[in-house]
Amino acid sequence: MAKLEKANSVGEWLDQRLATTKLTKVMMTEYWIPKDINFLWAMGVVLMVTFKLLIISGIFLLMYYKPDVNMAFDSVNFTIMQDVAYGWLFRHIHGVAASVVFLVMYIHMFTGIYYGSYKRGREMIWISGMLLFVLFSAEAFSGYMLPWGQMSYWAAYVITNIFGGIPFIGDELVVWIRGNFYVSDATLTRFFMLHVFLVPLAIIGAIALHFYALRIPHVNNQKGEEIDFEEEANKYKAGNKKRSKVIPFWPVFLSKDIFVLSAFLIFFFYLVFYHYNFAMDPVNFDPADGLKTPAHIYPEWYFLWSYEVLRGFFFDIAGIKAADLGLIAFGIAQVVFMLMPWLDRSPTVAPANQRPYFRVWFWLMLVVLIVLTVYGKLPPTGTNAWIGFYASIAFLLLFVALPFLTAKEAKVGGK
Amino acid sequence: MKELKILGVITFFTLVTYWGVEPLAHSIFHPHVAPADFKFKDLPAVKGNGDVAKGQELVAQNCTACHSIEKAGHPQLMDDATLAMSYGVTPPDLSLAGLIYDENFLANFIKNPTEATKLTHKFDDAGRAFPMPGYAWMSDDEILSIVAYLKSIAPKTASNKEVFESACSRCHDMKYAKITASTPDADIKKYMGSIPPDLSMMIRSRGDHYLETFINDPQKQLHGTAMPRVGLSKDGQAQVIGYLEEVGDSKKQEREDLGPWVLGFLAIMTFFAFLWKREIWNEVK
Repeated sequence: MAKLEKANSVGEWLDQRLATTKLTKVMMTEYWIPKDINFLWAMGVVLMVTFKLLIISGIFLLMYYKPDVNMAFDSVNFTIMQDVAYGWLFRHIHGVAASVVFLVMYIHMFTGIYYGSYKRGREMIWISGMLLFVLFSAEAFSGYMLPWGQMSYWAAYVITNIFGGIPFIGDELVVWIRGNFYVSDATLTRFFMLHVFLVPLAIIGAIALHFYALRIPHVNNQKGEEIDFEEEANKYKAGNKKRSKVIPFWPVFLSKDIFVLSAFLIFFFYLVFYHYNFAMDPVNFDPADGLKTPAHIYPEWYFLWSYEVLRGFFFDIAGIKAADLGLIAFGIAQVVFMLMPWLDRSPTVAPANQRPYFRVWFWLMLVVLIVLTVYGKLPPTGTNAWIGFYASIAFLLLFVALPFLTAKEAKVGGK
Repeated sequence: MKELKILGVITFFTLVTYWGVEPLAHSIFHPHVAPADFKFKDLPAVKGNGDVAKGQELVAQNCTACHSIEKAGHPQLMDDATLAMSYGVTPPDLSLAGLIYDENFLANFIKNPTEATKLTHKFDDAGRAFPMPGYAWMSDDEILSIVAYLKSIAPKTASNKEVFESACSRCHDMKYAKITASTPDADIKKYMGSIPPDLSMMIRSRGDHYLETFINDPQKQLHGTAMPRVGLSKDGQAQVIGYLEEVGDSKKQEREDLGPWVLGFLAIMTFFAFLWKREIWNEVK
């Protein structure tokens, strides 16, 4: 180690030991982001803050929650909601944020798809992002079980049952996951562990990976333009701020993010105070009862599209059982988005509206997902079942068609 | 302006999805039912002249063998468990009956209880007798005299809790208010077919909109249920729902008071964040 000079300030003292000046540059003032962006580029920070809201509200809930089938419901609905000062606020924040975080994640994800931000060196950003989506899904599902209401119980019952369809090990797997032959106290306690420890830990790790994955390929921009970040950064540092195509993360990028974030928080807290039923299903305010099946069992809105793919196949085809077909399709739906970088065969990185074939694919996919989401909640009878079936087929076909469409588009040439 | 266009597109798709999974789905799960009818128009109007003094006499002869009327000096003679064992369910105290129930409903109930409560499918049709016999053999004047007497002894007002206890808590628990049904579980199960649900969180699980039509006429939302139509007047029912809210959503006022402060703070924050963003970006744009 080099000879240590006497430090003249706390900042200098820390700098000698932790290289804080260098760190600030690398992480903030000389971390370069393209200038040509719109508010969709703020979704990352919005997600980060929503995740923090979930952690903070979660910590307060954790202080009073009891992971026991005889106490869980009352610890949530009486102790937290009515007894503890502002317990209701923390629960409303937690419940609404769990729902809204998925809305923002979908926007974030479709921004990536629209602008082609998953290719040309950005594959790991996409994959780590999709990994986060899977982890958040596990987090949402395990958390939904904790209040031990009717929907908690029956969603746990239906979803753990899905694993029973896996060949050979299915039945044993269900028992292993539940820790019992039926959804019981053991199930609640282990999902509590997953929800407050293992999955959050994995999420924090995956977030670190996601951020790190951005460093080498850099953030994409509105036109998909390839930017020489070093050259543009030099321009900026030389004072040519207006002509440079990049901006530093702090303060320029964040100043925009904080504005978008503030506006988002108005929307978020409006939901927390006045419009929370969409995220806190009234049915779940009935205590869990294994002998009383609710009239309609459905997952939260953000799982509906994949749930509909699962139950869309309601009749046997070519000797394969409907339930197996559904399970296969469901399995594909869980991983297929992760393969986007390889299914898109065109090397062009450009907004979808400048890609003649991909543009059609993008909007069709969005519409199909919304149709699946809406019909995933409705009773699967009569016409509904058929719409669900065709929408599930359309969803799978779109992914089958994607490599061909994009390969052809690459030949024709975009723009 | 491009950004506003993007915001418009996102808002559009979000709202379409929201509409599909919330209002549309709920309209299919809970088909629309006719609004609550506090006149109980399906029941015939009982017409005639009621006389309070005559009513008092009739009540003493016909009602107080089973019913207590604490407000008029007829105390409960047996404990709840014995009452439930004797009658199947604890008979209600009649002190508040004249205040919280609709007048014409009461008259119809006295004449023919299963018709008024819409429980013929549980009793008459199933060959079982309703715990209280009908008094259709009385003249309409006599029936109205009983009603007039009950109205004369009823207090002018009662608390939400008193109304709730009088109308609901012979069958229902409400553990968050430490209220236990006066009929023991085993008896109520025999009487109703199952143990009626605890009502602590009903205001959140059903919502006041559903409760409004459900309490007024349970068969409308839950066809075939063993729950009787109890005939609460509009005000009486509002007090019951008010009590469900006091117990199940006790922080409603706090929530609604805090909301504007938080949203106001955020609006100011957004305004300054915008000014700051504009200043910073003026340097680079």
